[in-house]
Amino acid sequence: MFAKFFVIQLQAAILLLCLLPFSGWADEELSAIDRLYNAYSIELAGFAETRWGARLVNDPHEKDMSIGEARLQLELSRDFEQFLLKFKGDLLGDAVMEEINVDIRDFSMLFSPTDIVDVKLGRMVSTWGTGDLIFINDMFPKDWQSFFIGRNDEYLKQASNIIKTGVFLGEYAIDLVYTPLFQGSEYVSGERLSYYNPAAGEIVGRNMIMDDSAPNRWFSDGEIAGRLSRQFSGVEVALYGYSGFWQEPEGMDRMSGKAIYPRLNVWGASARSPLLGGIGNIEAGYYDSIQDDNGKDPFIRPSEYRFLAGFELELAHELTGGFQYYLEKINHFDNYEQALPSTMHARDEYRHLLTARLTQLLMDQNLILSLFAYYSPSDNDGYVRPKFSYKLNDNWLLDGGFNLFWGEDDYTFWGRFQDNTNAYVGLRYSF
Amino acid sequence: MKINGIIICCLLSLLMLFSLAQAGEPTVDEIINKANLASYYAGDDGRASVTMTITDNQGRERKREFVILRKDKEDGGEQFFFVYFKKPSDVRKMVFMVHKHVDSDDDRWLYLPALDLVKRIAASDKRTSFVGTNFLYEDVSGRSVNEDTHELIDSTDTFFVLKNTPKKPDDVEFSSYTVSIDKTTFLPIKAVYLDKNGKEYRIVEALEVQNFHGIPTVTVSKVTDLAAGSSTLAEFKSIRYDIGLEENIFSERYLRRPPREVRK
Repeated sequence: MFAKFFVIQLQAAILLLCLLPFSGWADEELSAIDRLYNAYSIELAGFAETRWGARLVNDPHEKDMSIGEARLQLELSRDFEQFLLKFKGDLLGDAVMEEINVDIRDFSMLFSPTDIVDVKLGRMVSTWGTGDLIFINDMFPKDWQSFFIGRNDEYLKQASNIIKTGVFLGEYAIDLVYTPLFQGSEYVSGERLSYYNPAAGEIVGRNMIMDDSAPNRWFSDGEIAGRLSRQFSGVEVALYGYSGFWQEPEGMDRMSGKAIYPRLNVWGASARSPLLGGIGNIEAGYYDSIQDDNGKDPFIRPSEYRFLAGFELELAHELTGGFQYYLEKINHFDNYEQALPSTMHARDEYRHLLTARLTQLLMDQNLILSLFAYYSPSDNDGYVRPKFSYKLNDNWLLDGGFNLFWGEDDYTFWGRFQDNTNAYVGLRYSF
Repeated sequence: MKINGIIICCLLSLLMLFSLAQAGEPTVDEIINKANLASYYAGDDGRASVTMTITDNQGRERKREFVILRKDKEDGGEQFFFVYFKKPSDVRKMVFMVHKHVDSDDDRWLYLPALDLVKRIAASDKRTSFVGTNFLYEDVSGRSVNEDTHELIDSTDTFFVLKNTPKKPDDVEFSSYTVSIDKTTFLPIKAVYLDKNGKEYRIVEALEVQNFHGIPTVTVSKVTDLAAGSSTLAEFKSIRYDIGLEENIFSERYLRRPPREVRK
């Protein structure tokens, strides 16, 4: 109750804060942002928003409210010629979790020690790979929970503490990302969204919050990710390597019963190119789950091959369509199947997944209607994200949408989230 | 006497023809090529800070602010564009990059800083709005001279007036457009587009031209959509030419790490 009250207070305060000093009532009057820049060369930007949503299906283990929050984001940056400093942080009042959080999205320094090297160190978000909302070689931390409850797409990516180095040799680019301490993705643990728990054999939520034990030793529990890329007349080609851990707790410790993050190496490649008037991409990766004992350890997720092919095209004026096919194949499937306890549901050897995206821009691109759908014919489950966003003017943005999960079984990839189907709406003021 | 008169007449007309040729009335192709070079290939590279103000049919304004870098591989040929957004806040630090080709579709990239995402975008339709303004992608990076047939319909003291008809009329929303090209600078000063029914519906104008390092440059331009009742005014500031932009600026490295030339 207190938290809800707080969120409302925070909301009111934030909105007042935004309206008063930053906007500058008259054009000739300098705004606070301009004054800050003129005096200290510090750029300030950000937004304040409020976002509310509710479950559309009954979930006995979770609250009806799927999202309820007020958020203030501030970004401060300064250009020191030799290096760039940036800070971006969110203050979040969360009425569902009844807590107040600070999320540092970026706190980094960028510099170039030589002409051919860029170094960025600190806390930041990282992305690579060619998939559209499917990640094979992008092993950087995600936040699926934020994605599923209707936060802005920005929050699908979590910031992490890293050193990112880019070396640019002629046509070739080598990127290395070193994470001194493994972070992992924010996964669905039952705390806020319900999921299928194989040990319980049913969909659980706050009655059975997943307890994990994450790698926590600096340096020895670090991660390293690398990419070698170049362009061949319009075709972007890249090779990837990763050494670290599964990003979600894909294993279980037999002694403690706690979920663990097994060791993982990933090797992969991708290509992206203009194709038939659109953009085509392919990506593949081998997930070497090195602790799985060739699939014989039932408590560790087995090794997998992953493959993706996609195509995006402008279908009509201001209408874009995208289509992807994704395949996951379990390596040493026979071992996996044999080792699995009879009480647990075996995954298919091949998991096929299709995605479709439609984006329509209307009203001078101020209204965006979009639909993203995942559908797995092998699991017979799916996840659909219809969305709208409307720019009322250069500062105000109204958006909303649905997160619709379904599945024939409750233990498949999307089926396990089927009690979390929700709708949400948000209002944002940017400055 | 009669014969003399005829001879004189012939001589005079020959003389006139000769002097006309001397004045060098350029051919249509020459005009088009010069206009293309003057408006899209000035200098070997260039930089400008651009403010676009969109006014809708109810008088409401929206603004876009960005810095644009351009580098030519060769005059009239391939080009690179780098557009770094400053305002409004929701597109701040976004980058739009184009590798423009003459005989094939352009390559386009979009960088979204909040996700650190480099997206490649399909570029089949060049006649879509540039970031919600009345300018089209083609107005920003130039429409290939080979896409239309050109006809000189008037030549005044100051302008060549050309009528341009698309070779593939189904690919575009206009039936033709006329352009008035300044005879001294070869800058297109006004373009009037006719819709499929032959009615005027779109006007692109250069409202102000200034010289930078001897290069005549449009510093204020405007697009009016007569049908929608909206318009966009573009103002170009901090214009510089031949600043020595490296080709590698127009690569993924600088999408993720904006170059000094756009930050200032």
